[in-house]
Amino acid sequence: MDAPAPKPYSDTMTEAATPTLIQSLANPTRFMALSARVLPWLAGAAILVIAYGLYLAFVMSPPDYQQGQTVKIMYIHVPSAWLAMAGYVTIAASGFGLLVWRHPLADVSARAAAPIGAAFTFLALVTGSLWGKPMWGTYWVWDARLTSMLLLFFLYLGLIALRSSIEDETAAAKLTAILALVGVALLPVIKFSVEWWNTLHQPSTRFTATLDPAFRTPLLVNALGFTLLFAALHVKAMRNEVLRRRVKSLQLAAVRQAARSETQ
Amino acid sequence: MLGPFAGYIVAAYAATALVVGGLVAWLVTDGRKYTRALADLEARGIKRRSAA
Repeated sequence: MDAPAPKPYSDTMTEAATPTLIQSLANPTRFMALSARVLPWLAGAAILVIAYGLYLAFVMSPPDYQQGQTVKIMYIHVPSAWLAMAGYVTIAASGFGLLVWRHPLADVSARAAAPIGAAFTFLALVTGSLWGKPMWGTYWVWDARLTSMLLLFFLYLGLIALRSSIEDETAAAKLTAILALVGVALLPVIKFSVEWWNTLHQPSTRFTATLDPAFRTPLLVNALGFTLLFAALHVKAMRNEVLRRRVKSLQLAAVRQAARSETQ
Repeated sequence: MLGPFAGYIVAAYAATALVVGGLVAWLVTDGRKYTRALADLEARGIKRRSAA
């Protein structure tokens, strides 16, 4: 007697036929087409919002009653510090996406975000230092906030170095993702360092609560502008990474082709 | 206009402009490099399987 024909996986097949938004975005070819359209708008929006933020910071915003004009450093220091953390969250989330769902674009995103996040962490440290000298009397103190931020910078450099030290890109991607996820433990330490320890660095600016609107508005506009800038840089870096991988695979194909024609 | 600490304020903004400008320049030249390399390879008849 014939065994009954196996039931087709109709449900899963329907699901696979209509990919979710995330799934369709995770396809590199679709990503390249979509990002080519989005990138100019993202970059344009970033330029406009930052220009407006700088106008508010330099023309409309008054000097602080205690800090004088040095409060203007806040308009670049706070957004840089925010992006230092947001950049790391992007890398860790991408690492999670790679390890759990193996999204083809997850590692592209992680790799693209690392140098950009490192650059904004560096800027948070430099602008903070240049703000610290006139206000605290020193460029640097080993307090919990500054030290944990410096560790974040080293963690970024570690991620970049680890990836470039392993030739097998699949292994490099996995190991970097694991290190990125372990490093997430540093983020709450940075965030709450000003509450857990007695630091020279002031507590959180609290975008909406304790800051006078005269300072809050330019800060929020600049934070939005910097976030748009980060997004534009990240999308561009991801496009570059997809192109780099295509060049690499074509070069390999060329070598194989040449080897085949030699043996014939 | 920027008070007694103008140097620090200008230095902070200049550092930001320099780093962001450097990132943009690096990303643009990198993108051009790969686009050219890809066009080069395709001109030699080496195409991706998924490319139309």
